[in-house]
Amino acid sequence: MTPEPAALRFENVFVAFEGEEVLHSVSFAVPAGETRILFGAAGSGKTVALKTALGLVTPDSGRVYVFGQDISRLPERELFDVRSKIGMLFQESALFDSLTIEENVAYPLLNQKSIRCGPEECRRRVREALRFVELEHTLEKFPSELSGGMRRRVAIARAVVTGPPLLLYDSPTAGLDPITANTIITLIVKQRDLSNTTTLIVTHRYQNGNLLANYRYEPQTGRLLRTNGAGRRTAATRFLGFKDGRLILDATQDELDASTDPYVSKFVKHNG
Amino acid sequence: MLDLLKRPILTVQEFYLLAGQAVRNVIRQPHYGDDISLQMDQIGVGSLPIVVLTGFFSGAVMALQMSRALAQYGQVGKTGEIVAISLVRELGPVLTALLVAGRNSSGIASELGSMKVTEQIDAMRALGTDPIQKLVTPRLVATAVVLPLLTIIADFIGMFGGYMIAVFRLNLTGTQYWSSVWQVLVWDDLAQGLLKPFVFAFVVALVGCFFGLRTTGGTQGVGRATTQAVVAASVLVFVLDFFITQLFVGLNPK
Repeated sequence: MTPEPAALRFENVFVAFEGEEVLHSVSFAVPAGETRILFGAAGSGKTVALKTALGLVTPDSGRVYVFGQDISRLPERELFDVRSKIGMLFQESALFDSLTIEENVAYPLLNQKSIRCGPEECRRRVREALRFVELEHTLEKFPSELSGGMRRRVAIARAVVTGPPLLLYDSPTAGLDPITANTIITLIVKQRDLSNTTTLIVTHRYQNGNLLANYRYEPQTGRLLRTNGAGRRTAATRFLGFKDGRLILDATQDELDASTDPYVSKFVKHNG
Repeated sequence: MLDLLKRPILTVQEFYLLAGQAVRNVIRQPHYGDDISLQMDQIGVGSLPIVVLTGFFSGAVMALQMSRALAQYGQVGKTGEIVAISLVRELGPVLTALLVAGRNSSGIASELGSMKVTEQIDAMRALGTDPIQKLVTPRLVATAVVLPLLTIIADFIGMFGGYMIAVFRLNLTGTQYWSSVWQVLVWDDLAQGLLKPFVFAFVVALVGCFFGLRTTGGTQGVGRATTQAVVAASVLVFVLDFFITQLFVGLNPK
C-alpha cells in the first residue's frame, strides 16, 4: 500500500536501547503544514520519537516515512538527503562550541550536499536567519558568550536557515524563564505561519501547546493574535501524549481538555 | 557465562566497526584538511615539550643505569650501544605513545564525550556531516603522521641525554659514544622503531574517539570515558608492543 502523502508518518515503530523498550508500537501521521505537540513525562519517548523521525535512531521494527520516503532502513549516507528537508532544534541547543555564531548557522548550508551555496549567498542567508531571531549582532560571538535563551534562538536560526519544510523542536523552552519561553514560542509560531512548515514540538508546558493551537503570527505587528478557536490552526494542531514509550493520545485541544485519563489530566492541570 | 562475554565482544566489534569506517574514510570524500592540520598541531606540536623532556631524561637514566652494569665487565664504552638499541626499539616508541595516550587519548575522549552528551554529535549528523569522517578520521590521520615523528625526536633527544651522561659522568669522548650508537643500529631496529609508533597511533587516536563517542551519563560519563580511554590505550600499547617485538624477533632471531 502506498502511504498517503504526509510530511511525517510513523507505522508501528518499536525502538529499544540495550533491551529496554523506549518506543512501543507508535503510529501517527502529520499531514503537511500541520502541527503536533508531543507531551508526556520525562523518559516517555518524546525525544526518541523526534530522533527517529530524523533518522538519528533506527527503529527495530516498523516504518517511518518522511514526505512519503521510507527512511527506516536507509544507510547513513542516504539519510543526509532526507535530513536536508528537516530542521531540528535540540534540547540544549547543541551549538558547536568551537565555532562562532555565524559559522554555526552557516554549518548546514556548507555541509548539506543538496544545498549549493556560494560564500556571498551563504552570508546573506545566515544574516537573514539571524535577523529572523533578532540576533544579527552576534555573528562574531561564540555560543559560550550568549545566554541560554539567545543560544536557543541561534539554534532556531540554524534549524531554519536552509528553509526546511519540516521542523522538529525538542523542548525549546526547557530551563528558560517565562518571558524568554514566550519569545521562543513566538518565533516558532512565526516560522510556522510565515513559511507554512510542518511542525513537531516536544514540550512540558501546556501554555506552549495552547499558543501553538490558538494563536497565529501577525506580520504587521510582529505579535501573536488569538484565532478564537475558529482558525485553521486550531484544527491543524493535535496533541500526542506519550507514556512509557507508548502513544496514548492523539487528540485536539478540546479532546485533551476533556480527557478523564489521570495521566493526561495531570499534565493539563499541572500546566494550566 | 555467554551473557558475561556478550558485552566485551560487542564492545570489540563496535571498536572494529569504528576503526574500519575511520580507515575507509581516508580515501572517501569529503576530506577535512583543516581539521587534520589542527589536530597535527594539537597532538604533534602540543606534545613536543613533554616528549623532549621525557626522551632526554629516559636516555640519561638509561646511560647511568647501564654504565654501572657494563662497568662490571669493563665495557663502559658500550653505553652508547645499549642506550641506542633500547631507545630506538622500545623506550622511544612506547614512552612516546604512552605520553601521547595520556595527553591526547584523554583529550580526544573528553572533547568527543562532551560533544556527545550535549547532542553536538547528533546535531552534526542532522546537519549533513558524518561524525566519523569529520571527527575520527582527521584525528587518526594526524596521529598516524605525528606519532612516528615524535618518536624520532624522542629517540634523538634520548641519545643526546645518554651522550651528556657519557661525556660528563662516564668520561667517554663524544666520538666514542656517537660511533658506538651509529654502528650498533641496523635497518631492522629502525623498521620496528617506526612501525611501532605507526601502529600505536591507531590505538591512541581510535581508543580516544571510541570511548568519547559512546559516552553516556552527562559530565560524570565524560570523566569515565576519559579514564577508560587512557587506561585502555596504555594497556593496548604494551600488548601490541609485545606482539610487534615478537614478530621482529621471529623474523630475525639473531
